[in-house]
Amino acid sequence: MILEIIGTTSFWYAVLRVSTPIIFASLAAIVSNKAGVVNIGIEGTMLISSLIGVLISAFTQNVLVGVLAGILAGVLAALILAYCALHLKTDITLTGIALNLFASGGTIFLLYLVTGDKGMSGSLKSLVVPTVHIPVIKDIPVLGEIISGHNLLTYLAFLCVFLTFVLLYKLPVGLRIRAVGESEGAVASVGLNVIRIRCIALILSGIFSGLGGIFMSMGYVSWFSKDMIAGRGFIALAAEAMGRGTPLGTLIASIVFGFADALSNYLQSLQVPAELVMMIPYVTTVVGLLIYSIKRNSKNKFKKEGKNESKINSYVN
Amino acid sequence: MNKRNSSARFEIIRTAVAVAIAMLVAVVIIFSVSEEPVNALYNFIIGPFTSLRRIGNVIEMACPFIFTALAVCVMFQANQFSMIAEGSFFFGALCAAVAAIKLPEITGLSPIIALLIGTVAGGILGAIPGFFKAKWKTDEFVISLMLNYVALYFSLYLMNLLIRDASAGSKVSEKFQDSFQLINLIPGTRVHMGVILSILMIIIVYVFLYHNRWGYQLRMAGCNIKFAQYSGINTFAVILGSQIIGGCIAGLGGAVEMLGIYNRFQWTSLPNYGFDGITVAIIAKKSPKLVPIAALFLAYLRIGADIMSRSSDVPSEVISVIQSLVIVLIAANSFLSGFRHRMLVKESMKKPMVEGGNEA
Repeated sequence: MILEIIGTTSFWYAVLRVSTPIIFASLAAIVSNKAGVVNIGIEGTMLISSLIGVLISAFTQNVLVGVLAGILAGVLAALILAYCALHLKTDITLTGIALNLFASGGTIFLLYLVTGDKGMSGSLKSLVVPTVHIPVIKDIPVLGEIISGHNLLTYLAFLCVFLTFVLLYKLPVGLRIRAVGESEGAVASVGLNVIRIRCIALILSGIFSGLGGIFMSMGYVSWFSKDMIAGRGFIALAAEAMGRGTPLGTLIASIVFGFADALSNYLQSLQVPAELVMMIPYVTTVVGLLIYSIKRNSKNKFKKEGKNESKINSYVN
Repeated sequence: MNKRNSSARFEIIRTAVAVAIAMLVAVVIIFSVSEEPVNALYNFIIGPFTSLRRIGNVIEMACPFIFTALAVCVMFQANQFSMIAEGSFFFGALCAAVAAIKLPEITGLSPIIALLIGTVAGGILGAIPGFFKAKWKTDEFVISLMLNYVALYFSLYLMNLLIRDASAGSKVSEKFQDSFQLINLIPGTRVHMGVILSILMIIIVYVFLYHNRWGYQLRMAGCNIKFAQYSGINTFAVILGSQIIGGCIAGLGGAVEMLGIYNRFQWTSLPNYGFDGITVAIIAKKSPKLVPIAALFLAYLRIGADIMSRSSDVPSEVISVIQSLVIVLIAANSFLSGFRHRMLVKESMKKPMVEGGNEA
């Protein structure tokens, strides 16, 4: 039965569709983690952006303005996070938790003020980002049905994976971001501003989170509903860890989670209890992260004082 | 001693200032969005004290906060950033509900058995990220967040499978057997036995953390895990144990809430008490002694906001602004650090003079 589902082209089309927000969010996680800042606020940032995108696009009736406003909201959230964590020197984990709390209640607050509804933005005539049919590819039998006809943001997500790779590994600013994450002291010793570099990384993280949030409310569905991100920002943190912080590895991990997500959407229409099906993406994340940790751990035993170890430990310290 | 006093005093002042700033921001928000700000503010600030019922509401709401905050205290003191309190609370509540419907009644013992089942259920859930962390250094933060969702859907599945009331229109369980419900303490309110249990729990956690060898090891490993390792502390046990204890306390909290307040299981989404527990634990500076004050304060804000949203045009979610601001301000090391510096300088200037005076 599952094989039957996986065999259809519409399933793989759905995989790409539901992977999109996770790809954006995990890019946000990569950029900030590379700079040595674990951005737990991605979840909340996405939520804020998804609401702002809906509201602004509904009021201006202009998709582009809505998207830009959503991105701006993401950047703003990232700047608040950066100000607290880098300037006020708050614990980054707690600040992220605070941002998520703020986003969860604040979006409902704002939604209620605008629409009088605490659950959904259904009464607003918000817009969606258009879908695109790629000229030549759409005519290729199987591949065309899977790859063509997606939301513009889905293509942007894949493009962003490439851009992130270029940014991190080919551009000076990427080198600096990675250097700050590896050794803060070394960067400071050559006269670079550590805080500014981290701030840039967090702003980039905010842009990606914003795009992920916008896709949720202006592509995946055409409305905002409360807590609609449903842990995708956290799943992204797991994807980043499993992809070892590389854009390509993280992309693959994101698609694995997207696969689980799509499968759960498909199984819901069958006789399987909905509650069990809803668990699939989260269980996949736990199992995936676990396999990754076990593998890393056995590798580190050979290397004894493994370098990778310090990265995850930085969550704790 | 003197230095310690002044730094403790400073922490209290800092917390108070943080809370005051957050409240001020909330007031500004209320004034800017409301058409009847005075009425809204009156209901928000004074509302919770206007009747016995409402005071009871504050106390009964503080009860789950106390449990989840204690769970967070234990885990954060061991430097384990597990968010499992949320999931354990939910799973504990569900398991207690199943027990209260399915188990045979035993006079006097019924609620105790159901509460124990909730405790164990919460502990099992808490053990999962703890074991992964201790054994394979898996990041407990992400795992516990994912497990919260797993706990939610798994609990709802069990609810559907085992105890769902088929005759009811919505997704609710059958009614609990009467003997399983916690006894009401104050007539006219819903204040129940669980409040006494929560006070007991505060004492137990305090004694455990500060007057017990294991608690000391736990806190030491939380301060510096390498140092603890070198001094022969079993850090595996600390990492796993702290998260099991945290899960147990949160599970018990869920069971208490379920059997104290409700008469059937009717939650369909996570009630967020776990994250509120983090807020409370941070306001209380991870100290069990201060947890009840912080929990009552948050409960007061919640009830106030609730009354406000019912009697004016301001939605109760304004609380989340206060909550996140308080967390950030208290977590901010450099917030008021200039003030602290001046206070310490003044203190040290005073000290020699006092000593000189004694000698003379």
